[in-house]
Amino acid sequence: MLRDITLGQFFPGTSLLHRLDPRAKLVSVVLFVASLFISKSFWGYGLCILFLAWCIRISGISPKMILKSLKPLVIILCFTGILNMFYTPGEVLARFWIFKITREGIYTAAYMILRIVLLIAATSMLTYTTSPIALTDAIERLLNPLKKIHVPVHEFAMMMTIALRFIPTLIEETDKIMSAQKARGADFETGGIIDKAKALVPILVPLFVSAFRRADELATAMECRLYHGGEGRTRLNTLVMTGRDYAALGFMGVFCLLVIYAERLVSILL
Amino acid sequence: MEARAILSAEGLTFRYPTEEGHEEHAALDAVNIAVEKGEFVAVLGHNGSGKSTFAKHLNAILLPTGGAVYIDNMDTRDENLLLAIRETCGMVFQNPDNQIVATVVEEDVAFAPENMGIAPAEIRERVDRCLEIVGMSDFKRHAPHLLSGGQKQRIAIAGVLAMEPSILVMDEPTAMLDPSGRREVMHTIGQLNREKGITVVLITHHMDEAAQAGRVIVMSDGKVAMEGTPEAVFARVDEIRDLALLPPQTVDLLHRLNKAGYDLPLDTLSVEACADVLETFLRQ
Ligand SMILES: Nc1ncnc2c1ncn2[C@@H]1O[C@H](COP(=O)(O)OP(=O)(O)OP(=O)(O)O)[C@@H](O)[C@H]1O
Ligand SMILES: [Mg+2]
Repeated sequence: MLRDITLGQFFPGTSLLHRLDPRAKLVSVVLFVASLFISKSFWGYGLCILFLAWCIRISGISPKMILKSLKPLVIILCFTGILNMFYTPGEVLARFWIFKITREGIYTAAYMILRIVLLIAATSMLTYTTSPIALTDAIERLLNPLKKIHVPVHEFAMMMTIALRFIPTLIEETDKIMSAQKARGADFETGGIIDKAKALVPILVPLFVSAFRRADELATAMECRLYHGGEGRTRLNTLVMTGRDYAALGFMGVFCLLVIYAERLVSILL
Repeated sequence: MEARAILSAEGLTFRYPTEEGHEEHAALDAVNIAVEKGEFVAVLGHNGSGKSTFAKHLNAILLPTGGAVYIDNMDTRDENLLLAIRETCGMVFQNPDNQIVATVVEEDVAFAPENMGIAPAEIRERVDRCLEIVGMSDFKRHAPHLLSGGQKQRIAIAGVLAMEPSILVMDEPTAMLDPSGRREVMHTIGQLNREKGITVVLITHHMDEAAQAGRVIVMSDGKVAMEGTPEAVFARVDEIRDLALLPPQTVDLLHRLNKAGYDLPLDTLSVEACADVLETFLRQ
C-alpha cells in the first residue's frame, strides 16, 4: 500500500515545458506567484487562468492531475472562503443572527480561493514537468551566490538528492517490516488513534536502526568514490540556458507586468 | 628501495578502539600480504576473521595501528595521498543499495569522476564506457531502485570503475544476490581482470567464487592461515575444515573417497574435472 505514494510527482515527457531549463521554470513560477499576489484585478486573474490553461494543454499533462493536487487543500480553501466572506466589513447583502455577508466579503473570498488554486496549480505544473534531480540542480545553481556568505548550498542540494534516492528504498523497507510484524500478529488497522500510534513503534524502531546503518555505509561508499564536498566538483549534465529559456523568461516578465497592470491597461483601452 | 607489489600489507596490525579496561585482541595481527599487478586474489575466512577489516585498510578507511599498507607505493597513513590512494584502489561493498548515490543510473556512475573534477565531455565518455563494460548500457536512464540485485551491483562496480582504478577490492559483492545475480557479477569481475588487467581482491564466502581466482588467501583470527593456488589450498581439506570453512563439494567428494582407501588427485575444482577424474578412475 505504501508503494502507491509517488513523491515529487514527475511525469516524464518531451513537451516545451519539459524541455525548458529547470532554472528558467523555477524563476518563472516565482514570477507568476509574485504577480498573483500583487495583482488585485479581475482582468489580471483572467490572464493568469488563461495562461495556466495553455501551459497545461501544451504540457500534455491531464487536467485531472492538477485537480488531484488541489484535493488535499479543499478544507483550507473552504475555511479561507468562509472566513473572508463573513469577516470583511462593507456593504451588507444578507444577515442572519450575528453573521453578515458583505459584497466586499464575497469578492475577497473569491480572490483568495482563486489565488490559492492558481498558486498550487502553477507549482504542481513545475514539479509535474521537472524531475526532482533537475529541480535540485536548479536550486543549487540559483542559490550559488549564497555560498559567498557561507550558506552550505551544495550540502543542502546533496542531502536533497540522497533523500530522493532513498525514499523508495525506505518505503520498500517499511513495507517489509510491516509484513514481518503482521506475520507475528501485529495489528495496524483496528483500535483508536493511540492504539494505532503504539502499533507504529515496532515499525519505526527497526526502520530508524536500518536507516542509520545505511547512512553509515553510504557515507563510506561516497568517500571511497572520492567525495570531498562541493569544491572542485564538476557535473555530468551541466545545466545550459539556451535562447529558448531566455525567451521564456522574457515572456514571463512581460506577462507579469501585464497581470499587475491589467486593470489600468483595460481602462485605457476601453 | 626494492620494488614493492602494487598492493602490499607489511606487518599490518589493527585493534578496534574499545572502552577503557577492555583488552581487545587484534582484528588483524601482523598480516603480510602482497598482491602483484594484474593478479586475481580471493580472500576467504570464517565470520570475524578480519577480512572486512583488511579490506578497509586498502583504501585508508581504517589506518593501521601497527605496520603499514602501501598501495602502488603510497603509504595509506599519508593524508595528502588519501584521494590518490582511493582513486587507485576502488572499493565495492556488499549491499548495492547503500552504495548508489543518484536516482538515475548514469548519474550514479558519474559520481566519482564528478568528484575528481573531470570535464563533462570526458565524464560522459567514462560513464558510457564503464556501463558498456558491465553490460548495463541499456539501463542508462533507469532508476536504480527498479533494477535487480545483480544489475544494481554491476552499476556499483561501474561507478567504481569510472575512477579508472588499477585495483578493485570487493567485500562480499555477491552475498546479497541470487544465483543468477552472482553469476552476472562474477562474470563481470573475471572479465575485468582478464581483459582490462585490473588487479582484483575478492573477499567471499563462496568456495566456487574463490576457485576462479589465481590465488587464494585464507584468514583466521586476524592472521593469514593458508595461501596458494585454489587447487593447492583446497586440496588441504582437513586444514580447511579446521578453519571452519567448507571445501568445494568436488574436492570434498574425492577426499572422502581417498579416506575410504583410494588415491585420487584433489586438485580438481570444476565439476567437469572431477567427473573426468572419476571416469578415468572407474575405467581402471
Ligand atoms: N566496528 C567495529 N568495532 C569493534 N570491533 C569490530 C568492528 N568491526 C569488526 N570488529 C571485530 O573485528 C573482528 C574482525 O571483523 P571483520 O568484520 O573484519 O570480519 P570478517 O572476516 O569481515 O567477517 P564476516 O565474514 O562476518 O564479514 C571481529 O572480531 C569483529 O568482532
Ligand atoms: Mg565482512
